[in-house]
Amino acid sequence: MIEARHLVKRFQDRKRGAVYAVNDISFSCRPGEIYGLLGANGAGKTTTLRMLATILAPSEGTAIVAGYDVTKDPQFVRSSVGFLSTATALYGRLSAQEMVEYFGRLHGLDEPTLRRRIDEIFTRLEMNDFRDRRCDKLSTGMKQKVSIARTLVHDPSVMIFDEPTLGLDVMAARTISGFIRECRDRGKTVVFSTHVMSEVEKLCDHIGIIHDGKLLAEGTSPELRAQFGVQDLEDLFVKVVGA
Amino acid sequence: MSVRNIGIVYRKELIDSLRDRRTVISMTVVPLLLMPLLAIGLGLFLLQVGHAMNEIPQIMILGGEDSPHVREELQKLKDVRVIPAKPDYAEEISNKEIRAAVEIPEGFEAKLASGESSTVKIYMYEGELKSSFGADRLQRFFRELRDRAVRERLEARQLPDSLVRPFDIVQKNVAPPEKVGGAILGGMVPYLVILLCLTGAMYPAMDLTAGEKERGTMETILCSPVSRTHLVLGKFLMVLTAAVATAILAIVSMAVSFGLGKKLLLGITHGAADAALQITITGKAMVSIFLVVLPLAVFFSAALLALALFAKSFKEAQSYISPLMIVVVLPAVASLLPGMELNFALALVPVVNTSLVSKEIITGTYHWNLIAVIFLSSSAYAAAALAIAVKLFQREDVLFRT
Repeated sequence: MIEARHLVKRFQDRKRGAVYAVNDISFSCRPGEIYGLLGANGAGKTTTLRMLATILAPSEGTAIVAGYDVTKDPQFVRSSVGFLSTATALYGRLSAQEMVEYFGRLHGLDEPTLRRRIDEIFTRLEMNDFRDRRCDKLSTGMKQKVSIARTLVHDPSVMIFDEPTLGLDVMAARTISGFIRECRDRGKTVVFSTHVMSEVEKLCDHIGIIHDGKLLAEGTSPELRAQFGVQDLEDLFVKVVGA
Repeated sequence: MSVRNIGIVYRKELIDSLRDRRTVISMTVVPLLLMPLLAIGLGLFLLQVGHAMNEIPQIMILGGEDSPHVREELQKLKDVRVIPAKPDYAEEISNKEIRAAVEIPEGFEAKLASGESSTVKIYMYEGELKSSFGADRLQRFFRELRDRAVRERLEARQLPDSLVRPFDIVQKNVAPPEKVGGAILGGMVPYLVILLCLTGAMYPAMDLTAGEKERGTMETILCSPVSRTHLVLGKFLMVLTAAVATAILAIVSMAVSFGLGKKLLLGITHGAADAALQITITGKAMVSIFLVVLPLAVFFSAALLALALFAKSFKEAQSYISPLMIVVVLPAVASLLPGMELNFALALVPVVNTSLVSKEIITGTYHWNLIAVIFLSSSAYAAAALAIAVKLFQREDVLFRT
């Protein structure tokens, strides 16, 4: 479960003064649901998700993630969250297995549990062939799998994806989409951000349109279409943002 | 404080760094190569001095045709070779074709016999080692000649020697040989150890902070449950390991290089270059230097980590850290300056204190009270730098600088 409550992120800029990257955003996402944050570049998607993952602290407001308050128990939140973005790279000089082991240990898994989890994940994602290969020698698709394994090693109940398909080719992007759906089917709470309309259409149960740090519209795809009287999602987005 | 988490981060950073060729090179190859090279360089220099001392200098005698005895005695000297005089003697000295020339004034022997004063001139190349050896030999010859003349005159008047020599002056060295050698060489050693300690820490400090930002792994690690304090402490321990490993390698490599070099050189020069080579780095000195350098290594590691964390990329980190080299090198050079002596005030100045006390340790002097002051003050600076590094790691504007 994720519940964002009036999240605000303010940055101090020398020239512009106080800048609001996120300005009073509230939404919620239940287990077994995918919530998609749709917005242009610089709309505040990444900042919102970083606050949910406790990489950034909110200036105001808070969020309850997997039962923990992001401002009070950030470490417990991180223990329950799997965070994946194109910015979360791999340690090139570690092997695929070492990479996943490292994060498993940081999540406090004991060695037998860690072994079991890694065997399970590596088999499920068909990663056993390149287990011992260094991450910087892997193909993009293999790297994606290692990143997925890294987010899954501690079996989190909440998954956060920040533009996970950005810059990926069709095949790699499909792997990620499939993985996101699988997370939902396993009853996880999933939030993801994108600026690709088709992804939202295919994956999301709920959509939030974000612009200039504000959540302008929210609902299921049919609800939004009915509310704005537009069928095409791209037209809908332009209408919401332009209004 | 979770020691387990710090340990996990440290172990990972250690594996990661040891697989990085650049870190390994800066940590091991530089100290292992530099010290033997330095020993070889010094050895070659001493060999040159030895050769210069063994060379029989060529000299010219100008004038003195009316003083055949003096000329003959000079010709007979075994440790100079007299060659025929030429008018361009000055040029030949400058071109190092001859080492020195002596001008005997007209009627020198006659004046000597009659008790009239005259001046013998020796021409040489000031500051040129071989020329000064030639000139010294000529000086000695004429000094002995003068002494002999004085003695003869005193004898003729039946006066005692002590009339012109009321007392003798003897200068004696009481410092043990290792201190004499240490004073010559001792300054170099701490300078190099401190410098290598810094360069050893430099690369991993940049790689573990700015490097992580650049490669995009900073965000990955920040979304793990490890606290930022544990993360920075694990990273700090890795940088410290690199600094200490480099320092230990440098100290050991130095002791071995100088130990071997000394034996070889003494063999070649037959003990000619003895005084300057009397530097023995004892086990006690190695351990003591290590102990005073340790808090400095902590200070360097934490300071470099904090500084490099500010940078967005490896290149930016380099541009911050390169000037730091000069900031460290200048005080480290203090130990090379003659006459710089350790006192209480200097014991509080970072880098300078370690540099000076290491020099003293090498020459066998142990001022334990000052060593304690230095250890404590360096530890205080180190703690402050580490606290700053930990603080900076909590700041979003530093971690996510755009």
